[in-house]
Amino acid sequence: MMASDTTALPFVDRRNTARRAHLVLGALLVLVSLASLAVGASGTSLWGALMKLAQGQPLTLTERVVLWDIRAPRLVMGICVGSALAVSGAVMQGLFRNPLADPGILGVTSGASLGAVSIIVLGAALPAAVQSTLGAGLLPVAAFLGAWGSMLLLYRVSTRAGRTSVATMLLAGIALGALFAAFSGILIFLADDMQLRELTFWSLGSLAGASWLKLTIAAPVILVSLVLACSLGRGLNGLALGEAAAHHMGIPVERTKTLAILAVSAATGTAVAISGGIGFIGIVVPHLLRLATGPDHRGLLINAGLLGASLLLAADMVARVVVAPAELPIGILTALLGSPVFLWILLRKRGLVDM
Amino acid sequence: MLKAKNISVSYGRKQVLHGLDLTARAGTLTAIVGPNGSGKTTLMRALTGDVAFDGTVMLGDTDIARAKPYDLAAQRAVLPQATPLAFPFHAVEVVRLGLRGGINTNDRLALTALSRVGLDGYANRFYQELSGGEQQRVQLARVLCQVWRPVVGGIPRWLFLDEPVSSLDIGHQLTVMNIARDFARAGGGVVAVMHDLNLSAMFAHQVVLMQSGHIIGHGAPAQVLTDAQVSRAYGCDIRTSSAPDDGGWFMLPQSAGGEDRERVTRSA
Repeated sequence: MMASDTTALPFVDRRNTARRAHLVLGALLVLVSLASLAVGASGTSLWGALMKLAQGQPLTLTERVVLWDIRAPRLVMGICVGSALAVSGAVMQGLFRNPLADPGILGVTSGASLGAVSIIVLGAALPAAVQSTLGAGLLPVAAFLGAWGSMLLLYRVSTRAGRTSVATMLLAGIALGALFAAFSGILIFLADDMQLRELTFWSLGSLAGASWLKLTIAAPVILVSLVLACSLGRGLNGLALGEAAAHHMGIPVERTKTLAILAVSAATGTAVAISGGIGFIGIVVPHLLRLATGPDHRGLLINAGLLGASLLLAADMVARVVVAPAELPIGILTALLGSPVFLWILLRKRGLVDM
Repeated sequence: MLKAKNISVSYGRKQVLHGLDLTARAGTLTAIVGPNGSGKTTLMRALTGDVAFDGTVMLGDTDIARAKPYDLAAQRAVLPQATPLAFPFHAVEVVRLGLRGGINTNDRLALTALSRVGLDGYANRFYQELSGGEQQRVQLARVLCQVWRPVVGGIPRWLFLDEPVSSLDIGHQLTVMNIARDFARAGGGVVAVMHDLNLSAMFAHQVVLMQSGHIIGHGAPAQVLTDAQVSRAYGCDIRTSSAPDDGGWFMLPQSAGGEDRERVTRSA
């Protein structure tokens, strides 16, 4: 049974489509980034500042502060959070073999929030040594641990003998999310006025709190977890056929699962720590991409990162502009966009829920 | 050579396989047959390492309980009974997954494999929109890609097929059984769990007959699938015979349909 030469069949190779999408989405991200730097309440012009720089003239203080200290970190944070949420969604869907998996819906975000809330409320009670070593990293670390714990629990509960029951997964996610939210509620109940202020500010789900200080910790963690996630493409492709079949194809199943859970936890945990809960990016982006370029995770994960970043930046611009000079919490916008998509998948593929 | 020694498997407290021994030679097709619940699928799962078992399974020099997944994947491919997919893969994309598992990564092979299983022109069809039988053949193409050459470097490779023809029409049953037999003839090893006794008798070099977690017959079809053995295993009256021209062995269920026939005779 040697490979006999086949006559060249005219067929579409969606890997090429996915590769072209890398370029298109990369260009889109550059455009949206420039727009995001240019748009804002203060009326400072990006173009004017660039012209000045090109002619070697110094920038005014306002221009420097608005562009470099306010808009630029917000841009980087938007890219980090958007790509982290979209890639986490795609990895979770691959891991659970289901297009409805998402860190927000399955309680992973709630787990991360619980971690973050615990630090805000109880952080002062930690030994001074721990506080000084971790410093500003305390909140992201706690959010990561919260996300990781909820991922492990969720996978344990919803996967039996290498098969994931979709109904169990969704219900377990809802139950775990509610449980974590209840614990967070107890902590919030215990919080004093100062802490409450901090909590409210944090939990709005916004990119408004962006600063270079936060990003020095968050950006590298998210970058590493995204690179890790993108390296799992082949393994997740295999897992789409089930754990046994993946094993028979030579994929180290346990390692792939462990790394996927770690990558999702680190990316989601960090994103939640710096931006609060922003939902539905993780479900909308991978779904649209699968329709356009196919479900092969090797191309999908990279494209999800690019599109997720663009989408969140675009949503952030809308949030800043529609009720200017006030700001709409961005979570409201992503939910408005995302929940109909979720329902659409659910209705169109009813068979999935019975699987 | 596939050598399984003293294989026992329990699900909870219930022991379903009782210390089985089994040998299969490369270059032959071995069919595992038996009634529902006799443990043939469990035996297959033990041979492929999908269930925990007591005993040893050696594939050539490889102890399958200890081998690395990629070492095993280079030596043998496993076709499951049915594989539902939640994502909108094209048929060719599913087949291509098999290329990565094996040692042959020539991309064109995916198309060749699709046409080998009779799915020419199905490359860009959505897997989820195919019929059960077509999905099964896409999976077979994937598995074939993984071990495309039956012998590599003098070492035979293996196909493990769990009910490969159960959802196929008779024409495609023959296509698939021919693929399996060709693989064996070219020096590879094939082990298949089979429901159809006649196809087993037609294509298998060796038949393993199971009943209640025991192997009650192991050898050439004509020796194992006798009137007495088959009737005992399946708990009904089955007559076996051979076709007059080339001596092919077959079984007729008609002999077990006695009650109806009596009624017909009486009323006539």
